[in-house]
Amino acid sequence: MSKKMYEIVENPIQVERVVEKVTRREAGAITTFIGTVREWTNQKRTIYLEYQAYKPMAVKMLTQIGEEIKMKWENTEVAITHRIGRLDIAEIAVVIAVSSPHRKAAYEANEYAIERIKQIVPIWKKEHWESGETWIGDQLGKVSYPSGQPLSVGKEE
Amino acid sequence: MITVLFFAQLQEVIGKERIEFEASNITVGELKEKLMRSFQLSQLENVMTAINEEYALAEDVVSDGDIVAFIPPVSGG
Repeated sequence: MSKKMYEIVENPIQVERVVEKVTRREAGAITTFIGTVREWTNQKRTIYLEYQAYKPMAVKMLTQIGEEIKMKWENTEVAITHRIGRLDIAEIAVVIAVSSPHRKAAYEANEYAIERIKQIVPIWKKEHWESGETWIGDQLGKVSYPSGQPLSVGKEE
Repeated sequence: MITVLFFAQLQEVIGKERIEFEASNITVGELKEKLMRSFQLSQLENVMTAINEEYALAEDVVSDGDIVAFIPPVSGG
């Protein structure tokens, strides 16, 4: 396949383009997750976000997530594009498209993909608030890295 | 020579994206200790490490020519 199914880009993401990559005759369902930049987080106002990635490794990890999905849900196709650089409120940061013959797998696999992105893909978000700026880490609020290793790298939960 | 990459807050604290570090055949844990001492970087304690774009453990060995990246808790999505 010559299409790039897993990409880190610097320009706005065209949702249609990501969906097209997983469109095929065997599919009866395509789910799309679109992650956008939120203005308010717990009474704090975001002005814009800045994303940074360790690009080659991020693409590898996205590819790995796609492979995990194909192992867990038979006959799925996955495409993920994540944008980096400066993003304004309501802009699209990530698009995940999953196609499968039946809808259940497409829904489940899509949610799995975003959860895994938040665990293992080397991308960081810097919040530029009204009142200052912070690099965000551990946004799930429950992950710790006691041995310097993320939870379940390369494995299922 | 080992290439060491820093991201996010680590990059800002150090003021560099990458450094070349004269060492070989040391473990990730030892490399972290050396860097923590040279740069007074207590933040390295809890970050993950990748060797040549694969997550590594503290006991994994870094060799000459490897690219080591320190990966603070990620926040993509």
